[in-house]
Amino acid sequence: MSEPIILFDKVNKWYGNNFHVLRDIDLSVAKGERIVICGPSGSGKSTLIRCINRLEEHQQGHLVVDGTELSDDVKAIEKVRKEVGMVFQQFNLFPHLTVLENLTLAPMWVGKLPKKEAEERAMQQLKRVQISEQAGKYPLQLSGGQQQRVAIARALCLTPKIMLFDEPTSALDPEMINEVLDVMIELAGQGITMLCVTHEMGFARSVADRVIFMDQGQIVEQNTPEQFFANPQNERTRDFLSKIIAH
Amino acid sequence: MAAAAFQPIAPRPAPVRTEGALPWLKRNLFSNLPSTVATIILVGLALWWLPQLISWALVKAVYVPSFTECQAARGIGACWGVITEKYRLILFGRYPFEEQWRPLIATGAMVAVLMASCVRAFWRPWLVLLWAAMLALFFGLMFGGFAGLQHVPTDRWGGLPLTVMLATLSIGLAFPLAVVVALGRRSKMPAIRTICVIYVELIRGVPLISVLFMASFMFPLFMPPGTSIDVLLRVLVGITLFSGAYMAEIVRGGLQAIPKGQQEAADTLGLSYWQAQRKVILPQALAMVVPGIMNNFIAIFKDTSLVTIVSLYELTGAMGLALNSDSDWRPFKIEAYFFIAAIYFAFCFSMSRYSLWIEKRLSASKNR
Repeated sequence: MSEPIILFDKVNKWYGNNFHVLRDIDLSVAKGERIVICGPSGSGKSTLIRCINRLEEHQQGHLVVDGTELSDDVKAIEKVRKEVGMVFQQFNLFPHLTVLENLTLAPMWVGKLPKKEAEERAMQQLKRVQISEQAGKYPLQLSGGQQQRVAIARALCLTPKIMLFDEPTSALDPEMINEVLDVMIELAGQGITMLCVTHEMGFARSVADRVIFMDQGQIVEQNTPEQFFANPQNERTRDFLSKIIAH
Repeated sequence: MAAAAFQPIAPRPAPVRTEGALPWLKRNLFSNLPSTVATIILVGLALWWLPQLISWALVKAVYVPSFTECQAARGIGACWGVITEKYRLILFGRYPFEEQWRPLIATGAMVAVLMASCVRAFWRPWLVLLWAAMLALFFGLMFGGFAGLQHVPTDRWGGLPLTVMLATLSIGLAFPLAVVVALGRRSKMPAIRTICVIYVELIRGVPLISVLFMASFMFPLFMPPGTSIDVLLRVLVGITLFSGAYMAEIVRGGLQAIPKGQQEAADTLGLSYWQAQRKVILPQALAMVVPGIMNNFIAIFKDTSLVTIVSLYELTGAMGLALNSDSDWRPFKIEAYFFIAAIYFAFCFSMSRYSLWIEKRLSASKNR
């Protein structure tokens, strides 16, 4: 097996002095692998993926992303963030900029692309998420599903090797969930490494290579989707699955 | 059973309210008893008071600079003659009489460039050059001492040029200072944070008058003998530091209102700290605090009148100077006050309208 693109080695993190949010996390992600992370609220799944681009810092253990070990070193953080795109639950688009400006901001200022080139690249990505006709609008003039697709396009504009999704459909109206999932499924077919925190089990079944279940800061169980859903090993996993699939 | 087909209803424009004057009056002024009573009282007051005001201010007023006519009209009509008589002294203070064309041109240039800076289409790099040229012209004309222009030291400067220049420069310097201090107070570096907190708390703890006193009288005591910094410069620094501290807190309020996700999104995209502040955080934070910032700008404009206490005779001071020294005209100070009040109002009202325009422009991204 080739070198993992993300490697967690006994990673621990605390919020304050007492809240041990990540406990002895060991996780190795292969290049191109698509992983879905699920678990109850407060289990540390968001924190886990936010450590990968250093939105959160871990206090113990080692975390290596694409050959760079994450530490307080600003250069290392910059390097990792160039390779990692992220999509948030609340979209976090920049409301004072148009859709197109949201997409060209980083390529122009971080990637130092000329404006014209950045706009071309942005339009390509907007076409990909099927929203190019909204390029001149402001984010708040779009529906939630459209905003989230813009957010995905914005992350893709930096051509990342790894994409992190932090509950990308949890803030959406039910009617809009599928338009976002469709974009993510299309993306999953392109060989990009994906880590996705979600409770969309249909998505997990159809695209994930591996499903990880977390509880109380630990990785409780991980398996292929077939095995994970058909034959959960841990009692805690069974309990969780029965709750989210029952109704 | 076949499902019923969805029949969309075509959108129609909202109804327009069409009514005559009488229904409008009834709805807005006489809709119920308290509203009717209030309308009658206010109209009654206006009918009783307005004719007197018009009579005093316009009909029976004296417009010629004649002291005897003004004396005769005292209590009956306004004496606008005092302004005809004293306007040069009020507008330009103790600036040498023969040279007053210089502050006139200087102030005109400054106001013109200020107005040009308000126009969106002029926000181009050359505007900075225009400002530099205007400031050079302003101080060149005011100081003189070259090309046959008589040298005029700063303690002879006064009136409107002083007011406009002090307000413009202290606003122009205090605003960037405020942004930096506001960012500093949220910095992760303890030393920077502490310095910013101490600065804001120290300045907020004292009145502007005492800052001006310190700048004017105490500061020279700490300087090595023989060195002197112009009092105008010291006062300018004083006002700037003072208003910068207040504005920093307004800006900090705006910064705190920006959701954490905005910074995180900027971080994720790889923007550096300053790129994120400049492109993402500050545009939103400042847009949110436009009313508060403009409040402060207006306050600075009017607070410049306090520099009179350190013997710089700006508009208010020059007015006092013009009338206090002349026992004949001193009784007509109220009319002179009306005159400078009108000038202050013209400036402050323009600033207020401009801020409304900015707010409207900035809200474009929030409209559906």
